[in-house]
Amino acid sequence: MLGNLKGLLVTLSSMLRKPVTYQYPKEHKPIENRYMGFPVLMWDSQISEPYCTGCMVCVRYCPTQCMTAVMKDNPLHAEGVSKRRKIVDSFEINFGRCIVCGICVDVCNFDAIEMSHEHELSKYARNDNRSDLTRLLEMGRKYQEETDWKPKTNAKESEEEASS
Amino acid sequence: MVDQDINKKLDTVQMMVNMGPQHPSTHGVFRMVLAVDGERIVDVEPHIGYLHRGSEKLCEGEIYVQIVTLFDRLDYLSNLNNEMVFCRAVEKLMELEIPERAEYIRVILCELNRVASHLLFIGTFGLDVGAMTPSMYMFRDREKIQSMFEAVTGARMMHNYIRIGGIKNDVPDDFIHRMKSLIVELKKGLEEADKLLSFNEIFLARTKNIGTMSAKMAIEYGVSGPSLRASGVPIDIRKDHPYSIYDRFDFGIPIGEIGDCWDRYYVRLEEVRQSISIMEQALYQLPDGDTITPTRFLLRPPKGEVYVRGENPRGEIGVYMISDGTDKPYRVKVRPPSFCNLMTIKDLLIDTYVADAVVILGSLDIVLGEVDR
Repeated sequence: MLGNLKGLLVTLSSMLRKPVTYQYPKEHKPIENRYMGFPVLMWDSQISEPYCTGCMVCVRYCPTQCMTAVMKDNPLHAEGVSKRRKIVDSFEINFGRCIVCGICVDVCNFDAIEMSHEHELSKYARNDNRSDLTRLLEMGRKYQEETDWKPKTNAKESEEEASS
Repeated sequence: MVDQDINKKLDTVQMMVNMGPQHPSTHGVFRMVLAVDGERIVDVEPHIGYLHRGSEKLCEGEIYVQIVTLFDRLDYLSNLNNEMVFCRAVEKLMELEIPERAEYIRVILCELNRVASHLLFIGTFGLDVGAMTPSMYMFRDREKIQSMFEAVTGARMMHNYIRIGGIKNDVPDDFIHRMKSLIVELKKGLEEADKLLSFNEIFLARTKNIGTMSAKMAIEYGVSGPSLRASGVPIDIRKDHPYSIYDRFDFGIPIGEIGDCWDRYYVRLEEVRQSISIMEQALYQLPDGDTITPTRFLLRPPKGEVYVRGENPRGEIGVYMISDGTDKPYRVKVRPPSFCNLMTIKDLLIDTYVADAVVILGSLDIVLGEVDR
């Protein structure tokens, strides 16, 4: 009997407490800085082209093979505007397959891919989450604006290596 | 005439009752075929394999860095413990030294994961018995731990944070501050659970002297972890064969008396207290320095084989790995604690009531992702 009363006291005291529930669709839990959402591509606004060169290193090391990338010659490099000799032609990530492990971000030499804060990607059709380059860059821009993203310091060196 | 009818023996037949795989109390997709005589269980036939993903075979086709993501998904309630044991196996094979700070952060996060796992156990065990409130309270506290994980690792469950040679990146600046306030909240939450459930008369009636596992039986079956310690065998790898930096902390091994469901519950509750004490000590000692020993991304450990074990929330996890010198392991074998603990289910269930089957299964605290792999 004493045990029951003790338990009742606990529930009674919790009546006076503020509710801790987030009423989800109306109210969102704040996202942590490091939160890993789905990977997106970054946009180099100085030269107005993507950071990605389509080198396919992320494609090779992805544990679920959820991405594809195609490389092409960079027209801006011929004009002398950009340092990148090659640039991404098409890129596709199937978010239905992605397991958000962050390995693609670790292996990228150009700071081109980043884990965004994007996580609410429900769609009606099965293949609607196969995102092409335009959508990935759009999501990337949103992430860059939100978080004041900057490329890491080693990016410049590897760029020079690649272009030399 | 009437008297004769009453005295006539009734013909009774055994009935087969199918429990699972879609049963909320089997904690996953576990199926039992129970042969019952009235309310008494006479035979049990467990069926596993509904969640089989072939993780061990998949490991043979992935490079070492990618395998960490597979180990996340074995026991999906204690991801960091799983990651740690795999990384330790590769590090032992490569004879890699890990920075002090990385070791401490690993231990803190692993103990935090142990607390999260045990809190979920307390909640769901309450549900199995019929108490609704503790599950709400425990999920509230577990949510705080998961927010902490989100702040540190970037993910709530599948972290991929512990890497071969250390950890992915250093903890955020306010880590110690947040951990300290989290520990205070956890202690408070745990006391609530203790008061709500542990000595509740109904709870005691449902769990005391139910599903008793003797120490001899537990050892013969190879049971490990809290389920073994509940039977009164003080075996804990963190204490007996200290790995990582566990020999630097002062903590006790809670043991039970007779190994019934209540003991298995209470040992876990006590273990949360010990884990919290380990975290406090580790936070106090946390040194500065590097967090990772740089390695090549495409690791090629030397030829050889290695067996590493560690203490998971559910028991002893072992990883046996053979490397043939290439970038992929030749074979990875996992000794899952849940699977070995689950083997006792037949002996425990026979001659108990159907209503207790759920309680006994719940008290073993299995995770089907690990049983089936």
